[in-house]
Amino acid sequence: MNILIKNGHIIDPANKVDGKFDLLVADGKIGKPGKPGSLPSNGAQVVDAAGKLVVPGLIDMHVHLREPGYEYKETIAAGTAAAKAGGFTAVCCMPNTNPVNDGRSVTEFILSQAAKAGAARVFPIGAVTKGSKGEELAEMGELHDAGCVGVSDDGKPVMSAAVMRRAMEYSKIFDIAVISHCEDASLAAKGVMNEGFVSTELGLRGIPNAAEEVMTGRDIMLAELTGARLHICHVSTAGSVRLIREAKQRGVKVTAETCPHYFTLTEEAVRGYNTMAKMNPPLRTAEDVGAIKQGLKDGTLDVIATDHAPHGLDEKSGEFDGAPFGIVGLETAVGLSLKLVQEGVLTMTQLIECMSTAPGRIIKSGGGTLSAGAAADITIIDPGMAWTVDAGAFKSRSRNTPYDGWKLTGRAVQTIVGGRT
Amino acid sequence: MALSTKDLLGIKGMAADEIKLILDTAATFKDVSERDIKKVPTLRGKTVINLFYEASTRTRTSFELAGKRLSADVINISTSTSSVTKGETLLDTARNIEAMKTDMIIVRHACSGAPEYLAKRLKSSVINAGDGFHEHPTQALLDMFTIREKLGRLDGVTVAIVGDILHSRVARSNIYGLAAMGATVRVCGPPTMVPPGIEKLGAKVFFDMDEAVQGADAIMMLRLQLERQAAGLFPGVREYARLFGLNRARLDRVGKSAIVMHPGPMNRGVEIASDVADSSSVILDQVTNGVAVRMAVMFLLSGGAKAEA
Repeated sequence: MNILIKNGHIIDPANKVDGKFDLLVADGKIGKPGKPGSLPSNGAQVVDAAGKLVVPGLIDMHVHLREPGYEYKETIAAGTAAAKAGGFTAVCCMPNTNPVNDGRSVTEFILSQAAKAGAARVFPIGAVTKGSKGEELAEMGELHDAGCVGVSDDGKPVMSAAVMRRAMEYSKIFDIAVISHCEDASLAAKGVMNEGFVSTELGLRGIPNAAEEVMTGRDIMLAELTGARLHICHVSTAGSVRLIREAKQRGVKVTAETCPHYFTLTEEAVRGYNTMAKMNPPLRTAEDVGAIKQGLKDGTLDVIATDHAPHGLDEKSGEFDGAPFGIVGLETAVGLSLKLVQEGVLTMTQLIECMSTAPGRIIKSGGGTLSAGAAADITIIDPGMAWTVDAGAFKSRSRNTPYDGWKLTGRAVQTIVGGRT
Repeated sequence: MALSTKDLLGIKGMAADEIKLILDTAATFKDVSERDIKKVPTLRGKTVINLFYEASTRTRTSFELAGKRLSADVINISTSTSSVTKGETLLDTARNIEAMKTDMIIVRHACSGAPEYLAKRLKSSVINAGDGFHEHPTQALLDMFTIREKLGRLDGVTVAIVGDILHSRVARSNIYGLAAMGATVRVCGPPTMVPPGIEKLGAKVFFDMDEAVQGADAIMMLRLQLERQAAGLFPGVREYARLFGLNRARLDRVGKSAIVMHPGPMNRGVEIASDVADSSSVILDQVTNGVAVRMAVMFLLSGGAKAEA
C-alpha cells in the first residue's frame, strides 16, 4: 500500500528540509518530496497532515523491554506498541533482561519477538561483559553480527576502569558505540534519591552528583585514550554536561543523551515519598535542570531518550527504599519534549535532531532521515493538540509514571514503520 | 483544643501551640504513673497495635505502658514473629490488622516514609514511632517535655545535639520542634555524619564539640551506631570518643550547668562517659516522661481535648 502524506510541514534535519511539502511513500520507501498538491495519489492512501509536522521516525535509543525474563513488567509486543503509540518507529532495548543479552541466542530471540509483534523496529544493545558482571568481555563480534547496534552494561556500571578500557578498544573492530550508564557504585552506595536538602529532610539516603560525574570523567578519559565511540546515558547533572562539553571541544568521540524527566522534574517531586519519582540517576535540582536544557540547546547533549523502565505497580508502591528505580517514558516523551520548543529552549528542528537524526546516526540504523530511498519510518506530530496523560490508557504493560494527569500540548498522531501505518 | 490531625507522623510543620498542647496534656498524665493504681479509663474499648519493624525495647514498652495506663487494649507485633517473614507487604499487613477493627497503629520502620505511606491508606490513626532517618516525633516531644520540666521553658534555651546527625531521626524531630518553640539548636558531629542542608532546617553546624556545647543549656548526645565505622564514616571508637564524646572534663568546660540527655540506648564510654550518664544526666527522667508524652499523644489523637484529661 502506497501512502501520500499531503499538506504537512516536513522537518528533516539530515537533509536540511523545513517547509510545506507532500511526501509519497511507495513500496515501504520514501519518495522525493514535492510542493503541496504536486504529487499524484495514483491510488495511494492519502493522509492529510495539514497543520501537522512530518518528521523522520523518532528513535528511542534507551528503553527496557524486559523480555526475556520480566514479562510481567513489559513484553516486546507491548513495549513496541507503546513506542508506536508514542511516535517512535524504533527503539534500542537494553540488555539487562534475564538472561542478559550477552550472546546471539538472546539477541535473536529479541529480534524474532519484535518481528512477530510488527510494531516499532527493535535494535538490541548487547552487554559489554558476560552476564553484565563487569569481569570478562562479552562476545561483541557475535552480538554485532546478530544485530546489536551498541554495547552497554546499563544499570550495572562497569566499575573496573581496565575492563572498560578493553571494551572500548575492542569495540573499534565494529565501530559501535560503548554506551555507559555513568555511576560510581561506591559513591551511589545505597542511595535512593538526589543527595541534598530534600534527602536530608526526608531522611532518605542520597546519591551525590559526583557519583555520576566521576564516572563520566573516567569514561571520557578512556574514550580519549582508546579513540573509541562513547555514548553517555541519561545525563542528569550540571557537572556531567560541563565535562561532556569540554570533551567535545577537545575532539573526544563522545555523544550523550538525557531524558524528559531530567528537564521537566526536580528532586522536589520525591516529597511525600513518591516512588513514581524514584529513578537512577535521581531527579536533581533546578540548577541541574537548567544545565541540561542549556546542554541540549548548545548541542552538548545530542539525544533525548526515555530510559523507559516499566515496573509492576505492586513493586513500585510500598516503602520508598524498596521500590525499584525507573519510570515508563515512551508514551509521554513527545509531549514532554515539545515543552522545550514551547519554552524556546530548542527549535523544532533541534528537537527532531535529538529524537531522530542523532540517535539514528549513533546506532547507524539508517533511520533518522527522510532521504529518498530510505525505509519509510515517519512520525506525524500534531504540535498543537492539547491532551492529558492517562496512565490507564498506556499500551505499555506498566503504569509507573510521575506524569499521570499532566496536561501537555502536542503529541504524535501517526507512526509509520516501513510504510505501514 | 484538640489535635487537628488523624496521625502523628512528624514534628515538621507542627505549630508551637500544638506542641504546647501535647506537653501540657502530658503534664497532667504524668502523675497517673506515680499513683498506686496506674490506670485511667480514658481509652477504654480502644484497640492499639504496636507494629514494630525494627528492634526496640524502650519505645515499644513506653507505648505499650502508655496505652495500658489509658485502659486501651494494646497488642505488640514485631517482624520476627509475624507474617512479614513470609513476604507479606507492609500495606497488606496493616490492612489485615485494620480489618480486625483497630483504632490506632503505632509504627516503627527502618524505611523513611513508611508511617506516612500507611497513614494515607488506613482509617486508623498512625503514630510514627521512628522511621528510618526521617522523624521520631514522640522522642522529640519527650525531650522537649524534659527540657521544659528541668529549665522551666523552651523559648530562648540553647540545645546542642551531638553525634551522628545524618542517620538520626531524633535529631531531625528535635530540630523542628525546638526551633518551633523558640529554642536555639546547634548540631555537632563529624562532617561525614552531618547531612547537607541541615542548617536550612534551623540548626547551626559545628565540627568542634567544645565550641558546640559552650554555653549550652542542654546537651543531647546521640547514639553512635558502631557499624558506621565499617562504612567509613569514622575511623574508630577511640578517636570518636575523644572528639565527640561527652566526658566529665568536657562537661566542666561548658561554663554552666547544662542538662545532659540521651535517647538511649547508650554506648557507655563512646558518646557518653559512665559518670556523666550516671550522675549528671536526665536520661531516666526522659524515659519516665516518655510514657506521659505518649499517653498525651494517644489521648489527643483519639479526639480527646485538654479539658477532659
